[in-house]
Amino acid sequence: MTKASNIAATTKTIVKKHGRDKSALIAVLQDIQEAFNYLPKDALKAAGKSLGIPFSRVYEVATFYNAFSLKPRGEHIVKICMGTACHVRGAAAIQDKMERTLCIKPGETTPDNKFSLETVNCVGACALGPVVVIDTEYHGQVTMNKVDKIIGKLKEEGAQQ
Amino acid sequence: MKKISNAQALRQVQEDLKKNFDPNKKMVTICAGTGCRGYGCIKVKEELEAEIKKQNIDVEVRATGCFGFCEKGPLVVIHPEKIFYQQVKTKDAADIISKTVAQGEVIEKLLYRDPVTSATVMKEEDVPFYKKQKRLVFGSNGIIDPTQIESYMAIGGYSALAKALSEMSPEGIIDEVKKAALRGRGGGGFLAASKWEGSRKAHGSPKYVIANGDEGDPGAYMDRSLMEGNPHSVVEGMIIGAYAVGASEGYIYVRNEYPLAVVHLTMAIQSAREAGLLGKNILGTDFSFDIHINKGGGAFVCGESSALFASIEGRAGEPRAKYVHAVEKGLWDKPTVLNNVETWANVPLIINNGADWYASIGTEKSKGTKIFSLVGKINNTGLVEVPMGMKLREIIYDIGGGIPKGRKFKAVQTGGPSGGCIPESLLDLPVDFDKLYEVGSMMGSGGMIVMDDRSCMVDVAKYFLAFLQEESCGKCVPCREGVRRMREILEDICAGKGTEGDIDLLEKIATGVADGSLCALGGSAPNPVLSTLRYFREEYDAHIKDHRCPAGVCKALITYSIDPEKCTGCTLCVKVCPVQATSGEKKKPHTIDNNKCTRCGACIESCKFEAINVK
Repeated sequence: MTKASNIAATTKTIVKKHGRDKSALIAVLQDIQEAFNYLPKDALKAAGKSLGIPFSRVYEVATFYNAFSLKPRGEHIVKICMGTACHVRGAAAIQDKMERTLCIKPGETTPDNKFSLETVNCVGACALGPVVVIDTEYHGQVTMNKVDKIIGKLKEEGAQQ
Repeated sequence: MKKISNAQALRQVQEDLKKNFDPNKKMVTICAGTGCRGYGCIKVKEELEAEIKKQNIDVEVRATGCFGFCEKGPLVVIHPEKIFYQQVKTKDAADIISKTVAQGEVIEKLLYRDPVTSATVMKEEDVPFYKKQKRLVFGSNGIIDPTQIESYMAIGGYSALAKALSEMSPEGIIDEVKKAALRGRGGGGFLAASKWEGSRKAHGSPKYVIANGDEGDPGAYMDRSLMEGNPHSVVEGMIIGAYAVGASEGYIYVRNEYPLAVVHLTMAIQSAREAGLLGKNILGTDFSFDIHINKGGGAFVCGESSALFASIEGRAGEPRAKYVHAVEKGLWDKPTVLNNVETWANVPLIINNGADWYASIGTEKSKGTKIFSLVGKINNTGLVEVPMGMKLREIIYDIGGGIPKGRKFKAVQTGGPSGGCIPESLLDLPVDFDKLYEVGSMMGSGGMIVMDDRSCMVDVAKYFLAFLQEESCGKCVPCREGVRRMREILEDICAGKGTEGDIDLLEKIATGVADGSLCALGGSAPNPVLSTLRYFREEYDAHIKDHRCPAGVCKALITYSIDPEKCTGCTLCVKVCPVQATSGEKKKPHTIDNNKCTRCGACIESCKFEAINVK
C-alpha cells in the first residue's frame, strides 16, 4: 500500500468508527495522530470531506489544540513539564539543558528523527517536579545530570537496534 | 456483574460482597498513583506477586489509586494491621512477604521516620502527614481497586444512588445539596444546588450533566487522582445529579494528559452499565441516563464552561459571553449542569450522610473538605484533604512538614493562574473560598504551590503571564494583547530594563484586561501580578531601581562566584560548565568568568560543597 492510500484508508476507518459524527472531530483527529504520530494534510482533508466539515474548520481545530502536531514528530517525544510546581523547582534550567543536549528548541525534531522536544503546561505529576515525560514514561526530580543519563540511555538503545 | 434490578437487590449485592471483603483479611495494597508510578511502583507490585508465588502464600496484592503522600513513594500498606511502608524498592519485596505478611514482623527500615525526633511510625494514620487530614472524599482511594466495581460496592458504593432513586424526589435531592451548601470545587465556588435548580426549571430537552475533568491549573492534580483512583464516586455523583435535574445524558471531559484516568473511567462506565446503574431504567426505575467520555485537546481555556461545551461539540474551545446561562443554554444550547470532578465526588457523601452532617464540617460559608495539591518547596509533597477553614500554617507546617533544607518560607500560590501569592504575614488565614478571595487570591481547583526565599516573585508573575498568553484563545483583544503587553513589561523588569513608570502601567493594563475580557481566563489574568505587587512590592523595586534580584533567579541581574573557603578544587564545576566559564587547578579554589557565564546552574547542581554563591 502506498503512503497516500494508507492515509486515506486509515482515515476512512477512523471516521467510520466514530459514526461519521461531526461533533467527534476532535476524537477523530486524536485517533489520526495516534496512527501517524502527527496530522498529515491529506488525512485532515479526507476527514473533513467524509464528516462534511469544511477544511478551514478542520484546520482551525487542528491548530487550536496544543496536543495536535501538523509536522511529523520524532521516534521519542520528550515533554518538559512547565507547571508551577516544576517551575519553582527549576524546570527552566532543565529545559535549557535539554535544548543543549538535543540541539533543538521546543516544537522541533532532531535531524535524525529520533527526538521531538515539547513543553507542556503541567502533566499533573507535581509531587515529582521537575518532571520530564518521555513517550509514556515519567521521570521525576530531574537534574541536569539526569538529563544526560536519560537521553544517553535512549540513544544507546537506538544504536543497538 | 449481573444486572441489578432494584435498590433492594443492590443492598443485597453489597452485603454479599462485604462477606468476601472481610476488613480483617490479610491484604497488601500498593499505591499506583502517578507519583508512585514515576518511582517504579508497578515493578514493586510485580516483584511482590512473584514473591507470593515463590513463597506459596495466599494473599492479594491490590494496586489502588493515589494514597496522597507522594513524597515518600512507592507506598505499601499491609492490612489489616495497616502497617505503612514507604520508599519501597523491588529488593524489599521478599522481606515484606516473608516477614511482615507471613509472620507479622515489622521491617523497621521501611517505616516512616520523623525527621525531627527520628522515631519510627508504624501505622498510616499516625504519620504526621495524615494525622490532621479528614479524608472523606479521597480516603477510599487507598483501599479500592479502581478497575473493579465490586471493590467500590463492597465499601458501600452506589448506596447513595439507591437511596436517591428509591427514597428521594429530584426536588428533595436538590434541597439536600442546597442545605449542605456544596460549592463548586473547580474554581469560582458557585453553589452546586443553584445550578441544579436552574437547570431543572429550565425548558428544553434533552438536559445534560457534565463533569469537568480538564484539570488545567498548573500545580494541581487532585482531580486526576480521583478519576484514576475512585472513578465510580464521580460516576455515582453524576447519576444522582442527572436524576435531580432530569438529565438523560452526561459527559466527562478529561484532560488529554491523563490517559490512565480515561482508561479507569471507561471501565467504570462500562461496568456500571452492565450492573444496570447506567443506561435504560436504572435500578428498575423510569430513570434512564448514560455517560460518554470526551478527551480534551490540551487547551487550558477548555476548563471554562462555554469553551468546554464548544470542545465537546467538536469545535475550537472559544468562550462566549456569559449573559447566556449554561443552566438554560449550555451544551448544544440545551440546559446543562457543569460541575468539577471533585464536586461530583462529594454528592454521594451528602446523600448518604445527610446535609446536616455535611454542613457540620467546614466554615460558615464553605462546607465540607477540600483536597489540595501541596507541592513546590515543601518537605511532604502530596495530596491532602482537610476540612475547610484549616489555617494555611497548619497545612504547610503540620501536614506539609515545612520548607526543605531549613530555608525560609516566602509565599504560597493558590488558585492557579487566576489566583495569587499569599505572604508569610497571612499564614494564619483559615482556608476557605471567601477568605482566599479577600486576600487577593482564590481557591481555584486546589493547587497550593509553596515557595521559599529562592523563588523570585517577579519571575513567578512573569511565569503566569507567559502561561496565560500561550493559553489565551485570542478571541478578545484585552486578553490577547493586554496579557502579552504585561508579559513584555515583566520581561523587561526581569532583564534589568525596568523603568519607574512600569508598575503604574502594569496596574492600568491589569484593570483593562480584567474589565474587558469575556471569560474568567482574561478576567482573572492580572491576579498573579496584582497579588505579587500587593505583597512583594519591594522585590519589584529591587529589580527596577537597584537592578537586583534578591532571590537570585533573574539571570540578567545575578552573578555567580566561588567561595574560596568552601571550594576544594575538585574540578567538577569545570567539567560540567557548558561554556567553559569555570576554571582552576586541581585542589586549588576555582573561579568563574562572569563574562562567559550564562547562569545555567550546572555548576551549582554539581558542587558538593555549596561553594557557589549567587548574588
